[in-house]
Amino acid sequence: MKNKSLISINDFSKEEYFKILDLAEEFQKNPNQKLLENHVVASLFFEPSTRTRLSFETAVQRLGGRVIGFSEASSTSVSKGESLKDTILTVSRYADLIIMRHPIEGSARHASVVSDKPIINAGDGSNQHPTQCLLDLYSIRKTQGTLENLNLFLVGDLKYGRTVHSLLQAMAQFNPVFNFVSPPSLRMPQEYKDHLDELGIKYYEHDQLDENINHADIIYVTRVQKERFSDPMDYEKVKNAYILKNKMLENTKPNLKILHPLPRVNEINTDVDTNEKAYYFDQAENGVYTRMAIMALMLGIK
Amino acid sequence: MKSELTVKAIENGTVIDHIQAENLYKIISIIGIENIDTEVFIGNNLDSKKYGKKAIIKIADKFPSMDDVNKIALIDPNAVINIIKDYKVVDKQQVELPNTIKKFVKCINPKCITNHDDVETDFKVVKKDGKIGLKCYYCEKVTGQNNIEVIK
Repeated sequence: MKNKSLISINDFSKEEYFKILDLAEEFQKNPNQKLLENHVVASLFFEPSTRTRLSFETAVQRLGGRVIGFSEASSTSVSKGESLKDTILTVSRYADLIIMRHPIEGSARHASVVSDKPIINAGDGSNQHPTQCLLDLYSIRKTQGTLENLNLFLVGDLKYGRTVHSLLQAMAQFNPVFNFVSPPSLRMPQEYKDHLDELGIKYYEHDQLDENINHADIIYVTRVQKERFSDPMDYEKVKNAYILKNKMLENTKPNLKILHPLPRVNEINTDVDTNEKAYYFDQAENGVYTRMAIMALMLGIK
Repeated sequence: MKSELTVKAIENGTVIDHIQAENLYKIISIIGIENIDTEVFIGNNLDSKKYGKKAIIKIADKFPSMDDVNKIALIDPNAVINIIKDYKVVDKQQVELPNTIKKFVKCINPKCITNHDDVETDFKVVKKDGKIGLKCYYCEKVTGQNNIEVIK
């Protein structure tokens, strides 16, 4: 994996996923290792994403590396009209590894073509956010002991949700059963359902969040965003239909874990937070270990 | 009726034959016929056993580049390209879709980097249910056959 960029979840093989997850587990046991002591990592956030940026920068710091970069594009030469190519060519002379978030789709792939240093895509528009997917895989494997044969409920905005699309593509390699719970207007796009049909993977679609969840091993909740609805009335109708509450979890499986990429608004009631099946803050923590593992492997240190 | 006779024969050059009539104007536009300065003959709605109506384009003294062949294949994979020397067909090739298409097709995604920065487009040709799609190497979105727009 040395010097390889991570742009799309499809860039890595199943074996490479496992290599990352295994190393992330090591880092979780021993999170402070000065492996990046002589390294500079660039963290280029052309659009703000505080949570993702802090997670990455924590990962660098825990490995003893140093971070350069910016948290929004307005204070940089980008606002003077510099092309992405020039920014990347310059920064690749300074840093050993580049983490980038950019609103334009395909920007990270373009950066990986022009840069001779590895690039980690920390989100390119609605396209890819592979480290989120890998930390989701880590969280699933850690709590279920396996990635194979699981019953996964994906809830919320399944149409535009980048994380659920990546998760679907990655988990489809492990013989799961999918249950899609969303408003009719935010259903899983046909291309992803076709993909599952081709692989012979079962999936079910639901309009309601109900007792079907009693069969779930993982419930992955995403936010239904108001701006996705052209008619505000449509949003009002569905906004409270997909809220997970503690009492709904009474008869769920003991191994069930609830995941959410965060930030949460109201789609998981706060009374769920103290339930031992709530796992979203652990999931966020796991992101640091997963990102440590990805960087160590890409820099050839592990 | 032999369609070769309905459109004037050329001594040397290229004949693009067996174009489905409805694809003619797209092909004219995609290969930039307006920029060709030699003789060009175009026939449309000619009888064809295969399609009912076909079109034919004859271009004197010009021979297609690989890019041109790819462009034609994208629009009409059933077209046939004949190379003419001395009024005789010296080479006849069924156009064939390549695995990748670079530069000349625009990505349909307005948020794609290729529509923002100076980045050449690069697609993988994917086929589904008999339809051609172009999957962008950058943004990973698929441009369908009906949405193919040529960059000039």
